[in-house]
Amino acid sequence: MTYVLGKLLHIVIVAGAALPGLAAVLVWAERRVSAFIQDRLGPNRVGPAGLLQPIADLLKFIFKEDVIPGHVNKTLYVLAPAMSLVPALVAFCVVPYARGMAIADVNVGILLVFAISSIAVYGVSIGGWAGNSKYSLLGGVRASAQMISYELALGASCVPVFLVVGELNMEAIVAWQKANGWLVFYLFPAWIIFLVSSYAETNRLPFDLPEAETELVAGYHTEYSSMKFALFFLAEYIHMITASALSVTLFFGGYELPWVTLPGGAWGTVLSGLVFFGKISFFLFLFIWVRWTLPRFRYDQLMNLGWKILFPASLVVVLATAGWIAMVTP
Amino acid sequence: MTTLFFWIFAVVVAGSALLAITRRNGVAAALWAASSFVGIAGVFVLLGAYFLAVVEVLVYAGAIMVLFLFVIMLLNLREADLKVVQGPRMHVGGAILGALFLAGLVWTCRRSGLFDVPLDAKGPVGETGAVAAPLFRDYVLPFEIVSFLLLAAMVGAVLLTKRRLS
Repeated sequence: MTYVLGKLLHIVIVAGAALPGLAAVLVWAERRVSAFIQDRLGPNRVGPAGLLQPIADLLKFIFKEDVIPGHVNKTLYVLAPAMSLVPALVAFCVVPYARGMAIADVNVGILLVFAISSIAVYGVSIGGWAGNSKYSLLGGVRASAQMISYELALGASCVPVFLVVGELNMEAIVAWQKANGWLVFYLFPAWIIFLVSSYAETNRLPFDLPEAETELVAGYHTEYSSMKFALFFLAEYIHMITASALSVTLFFGGYELPWVTLPGGAWGTVLSGLVFFGKISFFLFLFIWVRWTLPRFRYDQLMNLGWKILFPASLVVVLATAGWIAMVTP
Repeated sequence: MTTLFFWIFAVVVAGSALLAITRRNGVAAALWAASSFVGIAGVFVLLGAYFLAVVEVLVYAGAIMVLFLFVIMLLNLREADLKVVQGPRMHVGGAILGALFLAGLVWTCRRSGLFDVPLDAKGPVGETGAVAAPLFRDYVLPFEIVSFLLLAAMVGAVLLTKRRLS
């Protein structure tokens, strides 16, 4: 019983406070960093350095009128934002964000992340369909096509990691990297494919075709406003956090540091959590940096990159890794 | 506890499947089918087949059903378009075919002794290797032949929809 209650508390803290809180800070960081890249100041009035801006934004979202347009399919229209946010929150559960601190330390580990985030497509495509307008339908269809296409490359780019480590469990992957060095040095091409595909999976620039504002107004969430729109928005930022966490765990040693061994006990857990936070901060910054630096792909370019370059390349990397392991192992 | 969860998942699987075939709205039907797949994944978890559970969600709910949904959304069928496939003759024919299929399924399961396996018989199915060994070692030839059949079907479908080959 205490086990179940402890897990529930853990889930409430991570999914109810830590992830949305981090996403809120990320929204602020995105606005500030984009401002600096464009030689502006960005939001700096509310609280120190504008840090309370997300709270002001949240209050605005909550107090806005909750409009449900007359032409939509009501049930699915209301359900879609939740179908988008829930998988985003659940997918984080297997990530070990500090020593021994994954909510679910399961053997299939990362496959569970892929399974859950593959369900996230429903929120986006249903949101686009239920809005019953051509912009949102096109956005939804684009999003589902893009996410299915890049899922293949994303999944295949992780296979070399499993081949080298010999386990799907995330803690085991971190432990292997502690003993043998970061996997990115062994599998650099796989990491590049993983990074590019994860940008496409999270619908971030240069792959934010589903909400290309010059063609589609706002894509799948054109018909949404107030808190329902905010849920879609939150889901996107939480997907970014999960993608960064996966990149850190699979290729950059997770919560451990190279050479330095963190102390055991409670202090070790706290320190490893801080190490993990520092590492994902870099990748989150990279997401923002790329978004405000690169232009958007055209749709056919996106599909060509996914199917004709990334997917074959990931298969080649898998075969090369398998061949290398077969040669090395007696 | 396990029995309770089994019944919850069983109700989800059967209920969603029933809703999936009775909805008039294609999108709703596809969503109920996806919910049924997630329920099946739950049953796999109870049996200790974690890898299969994850693959069930990843492949069926996450990829195949999304493609179905995709087509339904693009076609955007109206009630009038569905008249062609409705009517008593279709219902009776469908019922007979369905009953035959169910009978064949039950007969095969009986013959292979699948019904005699107790529910809590936990083999090494949770391991990824236990799934990989039959697929890539013991039955590698049939497995590859099946994948070629699927490929042939896919190429055929693409060929049929192309108006002009250039």
